[in-house]
Amino acid sequence: MASVEIRVKDVALLARIALTPDEEAKLGAQLGQVLGYIEKLRELDVSQVEPTAHAVPLVNITRADEIRPSLPHEDALRNAPKQAGGLFIVPQIVE
Amino acid sequence: MLNQLTISELAARLARREVSAREATQACLDQIARVDGQLHAFISHDPADALAQADAADQLRAGGGAAGRPLLGVPVAVKDVLAVKNQPLNCGSKILGKYVSPYDATAVEKLKAAGAIVFGRLNMDEFAMGSSTENSAFGVTRNPWDPTRIPGGSSGGSAAAVAADECLAALGSDTGGSIRQPAALCGCVGLKPTYGRISRYGLVAFASSLDQIGPFTKDVYDAATLLGVLSGHDPRDATSLPQPVPDYAAALTGNIQGLKLGLPKEYLIGGLDPEVKAAVDAAVKKFTELGAEIVEISLPHTDYAVATYYIIATAEASANLARFDGIRYGARVEGDNPIELYARTRGAGFGPEVKRRIILGTYVLSSGYYDAYYLRAQKVRTLIRNDFLAAFQTVDAIVTPTTPTAAFKVGEKSDDPLQMYLSDIFTISCNLAGICGLSVPCGFTRSPKLPLGLQLLGPPFGEATLLRLAHAYEQGTPWHKEKAPL
Repeated sequence: MASVEIRVKDVALLARIALTPDEEAKLGAQLGQVLGYIEKLRELDVSQVEPTAHAVPLVNITRADEIRPSLPHEDALRNAPKQAGGLFIVPQIVE
Repeated sequence: MLNQLTISELAARLARREVSAREATQACLDQIARVDGQLHAFISHDPADALAQADAADQLRAGGGAAGRPLLGVPVAVKDVLAVKNQPLNCGSKILGKYVSPYDATAVEKLKAAGAIVFGRLNMDEFAMGSSTENSAFGVTRNPWDPTRIPGGSSGGSAAAVAADECLAALGSDTGGSIRQPAALCGCVGLKPTYGRISRYGLVAFASSLDQIGPFTKDVYDAATLLGVLSGHDPRDATSLPQPVPDYAAALTGNIQGLKLGLPKEYLIGGLDPEVKAAVDAAVKKFTELGAEIVEISLPHTDYAVATYYIIATAEASANLARFDGIRYGARVEGDNPIELYARTRGAGFGPEVKRRIILGTYVLSSGYYDAYYLRAQKVRTLIRNDFLAAFQTVDAIVTPTTPTAAFKVGEKSDDPLQMYLSDIFTISCNLAGICGLSVPCGFTRSPKLPLGLQLLGPPFGEATLLRLAHAYEQGTPWHKEKAPL
């Protein structure tokens, strides 16, 4: 089973996960092995197969467009790491 | 000891006013105090709240409020992945910090409406990613039959708590075997319903197209009772299905005469422990004695299930877990800009297995790789699903081992993710196909004495048949009566 090279640093940036150099090296080796195993799916001819969209088919789930009570403001904010004035506090985005 | 009873036994004694919900709850709390230091099935529990719920149940019964509440006064514990209003929710992770749920999951709401005492936060692999409950930020859970071994995962706390009589029953979730595998390894009954049977509202999402909630119980009758309580359409989960909910307990007639059971030849693989094979062979013989017919079947794409699963599940997880970013809830590590804040928060908050899977999922979805990995996996998923639908044209249910071996040692596979993934080989296809499955105790290894599980798989909405088969088998065998030596 061949190992596949994966540039963990680039993918971790996309995934927004800060990794230590040790984690990068370890994950690279482990994921290379897992990706090598996954290569076996290439053995199958799937050119005529539809992808599964949903395990049990359902169509057009809709509901009435009505105003209903939602989670109270203070409940939605109570688990926030930082909040003030009824808002989430985030780092400055725009100068 | 009231904590050792099944739901049906306790419910009968409560109905006759021989015992109170407070006594039953206290018996569970006493058992937790006695054994959970060793097992660590619970991350936390609130004895005062559980007893207050018990007193309320006793008052309700005294006031004539028992009708329509099949679980009135029954203590049921919950995996740390389901929202219970005003209780902590951590998903076995550091990243949720001091999160307290502002609402109830639909499954929890239904338990409460049926009268259950919903208590405790049961340990699990972080975000349900794992097969051993070693990936929890809150420490390892241990197997009640042998504390040097894992209880299975990811719902290892649920299985261990039921097997150790710390509660009457428990809820878990199953994305690739996370109910059935720990149920098998701890010696209880675990049911993963058809995708869409139980609402996922209030279940923290891991892989949305695969996740289902289900019960852990001490016998099959209790699994039928809980499935009846939990099932049904929920407008808050657009993937929940509108099919009517049958009386599952009424299906347990003991009569399985003429039912056809498929034995897939692909499941009798190398790596299957000889004692597991012997237990499954004996179970198959028992089913024929009970009047079922055994048919050899083929599920030709079985060998591709683990690879397919680890693309689809990780891809969906990478999207679902994007919400844990340090802004709206949970822990935060500050940064000079939002991206630095996200990356630092997630780097500090997630454990190694969750990072591994998010990065794999991000990779298989990334530009240039989507067709080669995710789209191809969704096509192979169709082939796997078609294998099952074709098999169910000729058989009523499929019988397999739940796991290739009994519980392994703590630490044995924790540094080898691929070996850990391959331990789910018999349970994973069920989630990909969206069908139902359950695990029922089918014997023990000789030395050390460890429980083994038999898996029954059924077509979409085939739960009543699975429960009927499992119940008939259980009533004809002694395994479910054995208790872990604690």
